[in-house]
Amino acid sequence: MLSIQALRTFYGHIEALKGVDIEVQAGEIVTMIGANGAGKSTLLMSMCGNPRARFGKVMFEGRDITQLPTFEIVRLGIAHAPEGRRIFPRMTVMENLQIGSTTAPSYFEEGLARVLRLFPRLDERRQQRAGTLSGGEQQMLAIGRALMSRPRLLLLDEPSLGLAPMVVKQIFQVIREINEAEGMTVFLVEQNAYHALRLAHRGYVLVNGRVTMSGSGAELLANREVRAAYLEGGH
Amino acid sequence: MTVTAQRPAAGLPLGSILVDGLLAALVAFALAAPMIGFETVDGSGGSLGLAYRFDAVAVAVATVFVGRLALSAIRFGHALPVLVVAAAATAVALAGAVAGTMLAGLLAVPAAVLAIRAGIVVWRGVTAERDVRFVVPDTVRGARRAVPAAFLALAVLFPFLPFVDQRLLDIAILVLTYIMLGWGLNIVVGLAGLLDLGYVAFYAVGAYTFGILANWAGFTFWMALPLGGLMAALFGILLGFPVLRLRGDYLAIVTLGFGEIIRIVLLNWYEVTGGPNGLSNIPRPTFFGLPFRASPQDDESTFADFFGLEFSPVHRVIFLYFVILVLALIVNAFTRRIRRLPVGRAWEALREDEIACRSLGINPTNTKLSAFAIGAGFAGFAGCFFAARQGFISPESFTFIESAVILAIVVLGGMGSQLGIVLAAIILIGMPEFLRELNQFRMLAFGAGMVGIMVWRPLGLLARREPTIRLHPAGAGRPGGAA
Repeated sequence: MLSIQALRTFYGHIEALKGVDIEVQAGEIVTMIGANGAGKSTLLMSMCGNPRARFGKVMFEGRDITQLPTFEIVRLGIAHAPEGRRIFPRMTVMENLQIGSTTAPSYFEEGLARVLRLFPRLDERRQQRAGTLSGGEQQMLAIGRALMSRPRLLLLDEPSLGLAPMVVKQIFQVIREINEAEGMTVFLVEQNAYHALRLAHRGYVLVNGRVTMSGSGAELLANREVRAAYLEGGH
Repeated sequence: MTVTAQRPAAGLPLGSILVDGLLAALVAFALAAPMIGFETVDGSGGSLGLAYRFDAVAVAVATVFVGRLALSAIRFGHALPVLVVAAAATAVALAGAVAGTMLAGLLAVPAAVLAIRAGIVVWRGVTAERDVRFVVPDTVRGARRAVPAAFLALAVLFPFLPFVDQRLLDIAILVLTYIMLGWGLNIVVGLAGLLDLGYVAFYAVGAYTFGILANWAGFTFWMALPLGGLMAALFGILLGFPVLRLRGDYLAIVTLGFGEIIRIVLLNWYEVTGGPNGLSNIPRPTFFGLPFRASPQDDESTFADFFGLEFSPVHRVIFLYFVILVLALIVNAFTRRIRRLPVGRAWEALREDEIACRSLGINPTNTKLSAFAIGAGFAGFAGCFFAARQGFISPESFTFIESAVILAIVVLGGMGSQLGIVLAAIILIGMPEFLRELNQFRMLAFGAGMVGIMVWRPLGLLARREPTIRLHPAGAGRPGGAA
């Protein structure tokens, strides 16, 4: 479904991604773990064309989307819940969701029912200004908003960032649910390696702009190096 | 202010209250002495002399001192006597203002503020723990539906009220023009969040479109009106393209430059725009072809003839008033409608977070351009009206200060609030006209008003944003709906 080939992205002279290859099959949850500054967010953002990759290719359903403007990439069926959530704080929950369905207006009613079923908390808060939501609720809103565009591929950038362990569990549970019940393909970038690897079918490890390891979630979780670098003393 | 949340003490710490009052008086003296203490007068032999107004300074300092003591008294639980005294002082000052001393009228303002403040404390039975600014929104919220309707009714009836004369109508037309401009700029600044400091350029484009078409092709107001809006919208797109990547301060500077470019072109393109002399002989608007004239020309019938009325110059002013009222209301209705549509919602989303917008499939280019074009188009309509009303336009009417005033209306009104813009336009445009009697104190009072707004309502008069969707209106409650 998604295939990234030898992707290299630069910030000025600094090479943030040094040739990354990634495959995501339809129906999979694939995660990318890595430390701060490894290039995880850059990878996600490069897939959406901002910043644009200088070399390499991003293919989505057989189509080269490397050079497309961000908003057109999204219209092809990729939704991106960006790092730091980036909800619209002064607008209400409902308005946020409505903007999410910009590219699929006819899907609004159905999408709304789906999002409110997945996140009942949002249903209670629909007339509330999004900026007054708790961090967990904001993350739910960011994911819900992304789902409103009826995507076939969902990109999530650190959904666990700054959230209480309980809430992280809840959110990961929902991700699993939309994958299993609806067959949604998910590409998840995470620092919280333990939860991410337990959730994902496959995983990649990104170190300094390069993929150093890949395998099934369980394999990586059992791998000694991964445990030493990302799991020991953690969670 | 040092009146922050301190616990009310058991007794009155008289000493510290006095010290506090004296300090405030000292500050007042430092400010008042240079600002109102001196007056330049023509001395003998054409020289410039200085006159001193110690009395005015003394009044100002005394007012601040007493007011400060009163504030302290409220804070320490003596709101009721303060309320009585302040209300009495307000009444006396107002009576003095009616009797003709404008300075007494000025004193009514602080007295009234004190009275209101004390009144709120008495009403709520708390000792100023809650600041005034937390109280106002409650009342506003309650009157959310009633107030706009009342304003509209007042606006429609205004020309027929008994005390309304031509001067008042002229002021009202001016205020309405700025309300329309404010509502137009609100689309760009308040909704789309694009700081535009050159908005007056589009106003000028609209006015000159009509002026030029009237002078060179004999267009009438109603023929030129749509063209003026269209032309301004085109210029909006023209400006929009180069500034698409800019935001905030950078955008502000470029739009500022654009406004100046338009003005300077108008000033120097002598053959077409008449340069600094401007364009005159711009035809007045007609009432469906019926002109407002004392006597008919070339066997046409005038408005007064047609309706069998005695000719009066007020007819035309009233007509102009309704034209601008309708134009302004169109902008208002348009804005309220479009906020509920995907375009309008995209504008607001763009204001909140451009990157998030893009990741949701919103095309930022089209979104920004549409905001620029529509906002500019409305300014073009207003410009056409301005040209028709004045009958004469020159670049002097389109200086930067106009842009600044319109922007101030939007910001003081509370970025995005339609009613707030009405209030701000009345205060910013109407007040200086009424305050003319204050002579040299006029700008001082104006400045004080602005400072007051920013102190008490730092986010603008009406900063509350109205949600665009209410799926379940109050009363139709559905389980789970937090309407």
